[in-house]
Amino acid sequence: MGFLTYVVLPLAVLTGIAWTARAGFRGIAGPFGAVFRAMPLTAAFGLTVVLLYVLAALAAPVIAPYGESQVFDEFNLFPGENPDFVLGTDQLGRDLLTRLLYGGRNTIGIAFVTTALAFLIGATFGFIAAVLGGWLDQVVSRTVDVLMAIPQLIFALLLLTIFGQSTINMILVIAVLDSTRVFRLARAVGGNIVVMDYIEAAKLRGEGIGYLIFKEILPNAAAPLLAEFGLRFCFVFLLIAALSFLGIGIQPPLADWGTMVRELSIYIGYAEYGDWQAASLPLLPAAAIALLTVAINFTVDWMLDRYSGLKD
Amino acid sequence: MSGLARMVGQRLALGAFTLLIVSMVIFAAIEALPGDFAEAILGQGATPEAVAAIRESLGMDRSAVERYFAWLGGVFSGDFGVSFSQLSFQSQYGQTGERDIVTVADQLAPRFANTIFLAATAAAVAVPLSLALGILAALYRGSIFDRAANVGTLTSISSPEFFVAYILILFLAAANPIFPSISKIHADLDFWERLYRTVLPALTLTLVVTAHMMRMTRVAIINLMASQYIEMARLKGVPRWRVIVRHALPNALAPIINVIALNLAYLVTGVVVVEVVFVYPGIGQMFVDAVKLRDMPTVQACCLVFAAAYILLNLLADVLSVLTNPRLRHPK
Repeated sequence: MGFLTYVVLPLAVLTGIAWTARAGFRGIAGPFGAVFRAMPLTAAFGLTVVLLYVLAALAAPVIAPYGESQVFDEFNLFPGENPDFVLGTDQLGRDLLTRLLYGGRNTIGIAFVTTALAFLIGATFGFIAAVLGGWLDQVVSRTVDVLMAIPQLIFALLLLTIFGQSTINMILVIAVLDSTRVFRLARAVGGNIVVMDYIEAAKLRGEGIGYLIFKEILPNAAAPLLAEFGLRFCFVFLLIAALSFLGIGIQPPLADWGTMVRELSIYIGYAEYGDWQAASLPLLPAAAIALLTVAINFTVDWMLDRYSGLKD
Repeated sequence: MSGLARMVGQRLALGAFTLLIVSMVIFAAIEALPGDFAEAILGQGATPEAVAAIRESLGMDRSAVERYFAWLGGVFSGDFGVSFSQLSFQSQYGQTGERDIVTVADQLAPRFANTIFLAATAAAVAVPLSLALGILAALYRGSIFDRAANVGTLTSISSPEFFVAYILILFLAAANPIFPSISKIHADLDFWERLYRTVLPALTLTLVVTAHMMRMTRVAIINLMASQYIEMARLKGVPRWRVIVRHALPNALAPIINVIALNLAYLVTGVVVVEVVFVYPGIGQMFVDAVKLRDMPTVQACCLVFAAAYILLNLLADVLSVLTNPRLRHPK
C-alpha cells in the first residue's frame, strides 16, 4: 500500500517526533520556556514540522543525492526499479527525490520572498497612510478597495497574461496583490498607535516621519504583524502552488511542488493495476504542501489562542 | 421602510460602481499589453499595411476611452468580442474572411452553464452539511467532536484543492473505478448522467468549502451564545432547545447568511483549479487555457464573469445581512 507508506507512516513518525519534541520544548527553563509549557500536541506538531521544513529547505543541496537539473539516461523509472533512484526518475531522467527536495527549497523560498515583499510594500504604505492620513490615505485605501474586489487568483491570472509568465513576474504580481491585505492590517494597527501620547510627544519633539514609523510604530506593531506573516505566508504558498500547478507560476527548469503534482498526476492511473507506489507519486508533493500549511496553521492558531485572550 | 430602501439602494449602487471600476481595470489590462499586438500576431510578415489593417479590424486606431465604451456596450449586450485564436484577418489570408467565427460569448455560454451546475451541486451539499456540523460543534464546544472537527477542518482548509482532488481520484476513480476521473460533460447528457460525472469535482469543492463554512458558522454561533440575552434566557430556566430555536436562531440568521454568501464567493476561485484537475469543461478551464495563449478578449471576458460573480455574492451577503437584522432594518 503506497498510500500507507507515503502518507500515513510519515505522519505517524512526525507525530512521534512532535511528542518527543514537546517534552524538549517543555524542558526549556526560564521565562521563555513558560510559553511552551502548556503547549498542545497540535502546536508541538506544527512547530516541529515547520522547523524540519526550514532545515530541509536550507540543506537541500547537501542532502539531495544529485544536482537539481542533473539528467540521467534512465528516464521514466518507477519507484523501486533502481536502488540508485529511490523514487524513480521523471520524463527527462531527473531523480525525483532530488526534484522533491529542491522543489521544497524553491517553493518555500519563493513564497517567503514574496510574502516578505508583500509585507514591505503593504506595511510601508499602511504606516504612512496611518501617520499622514488625509487625501493620501484616501487614495491608497480606495485603490486597495478596488484591488480587493477581484479574487486574488483571478487577478493574478489576468496580470500574468499581461506581463507574461515568468517566475519573477509571478513574485511581483502576488506580492503586490497580497500587500493589499497587509496594508489593511498595518493601517488599522498603525491607526491605533498613532493616537497614543508617545507619538504626540515624538511629533512635538519634531521627529520626522521616518523616525515615527521605524522607532515608534514598528516596534509596537511587530507582534500582530508577525502572526499575520504566518497566515499570509500560507496563503501565498498555496497561491503559488496553485498557479504552478496550472502551469502559470514557477517556470522550469526550477523544480517546484505545484508543477510536480501536475507532471506526476499521469501516474495516478496505475492504482488500477495495483501499483500503489507509482500511483501515490503525485500525492507526495501535494501532501508536502498540505503538511506545511497545516503545520503553520496549527502553530499560528496556538499563538493567536494564547495571546488574543479568545480563550475563556 | 424608505430608510431601508435607501440603505439597500446605497449598497446596490456601491456594488454597481465597484463593478464599473473593475471593468475599467480589466479593460486597462489590454492597454498595458507590452508591444503592439498586431505586430506580434503577424510576426515575420508584419508589413506596415498588414499591421494597419489588423489594428483597424481590432479597432486599435480609435482612442482608448472610445474603445472602452464600445467594449462595455458590447458586454452589456452579451458581446465579448472575438477570441484572438479565432480571428482570421482579411489581410493575412487575402480572402474575404467570411467564415463562421465563434465569438467569445458563444464559447462562454455553455461553459458558464457547466460551471454554475458544478458550483450549485457543491453548494447544495455543502451548505446544509456545514451548517449542521457548525451548529453541533458550537453547541458541544470543547467536546471530542468539536476538537476532532477543529483539526479536521483546519487540515482541509490548509490543503490545496488539488491535493483533496487527487486523493479522491486515487481512491474513488483509479483504485476503485466508481466515478470517472475526467468529467466529460456535453449538452446532450441527461441530468443524472451529468450529475454522475460531476460528482468528484463537486465533492472536492464541497470538502474544501464545508470546512470554511463550518468554522465560520461555529464562531458565529459561539459569539451569539455568549451574548447576555441568551444567558438571561438560560438563567430563567428556558429549556435548551427553546433557547436555540426561539432566542438564538433568529439572530443567528444574519451571520449565517453572511457566511454562506462569502463561501459561495470563495467557490469562484476554487472552481478554477478543480476544473483543471478534472478537465471539467467550465469557465475556469477556459480561463487558464486563454491565459496560457495570452488570448486577451477571452481572458477579459472570463475575468469579468468571475469578478462579477464575486462582487455580486459579496453584495448579496451585504444586502441580506441588512434585511435580516432588525437593528439595521429600522435605523433610529
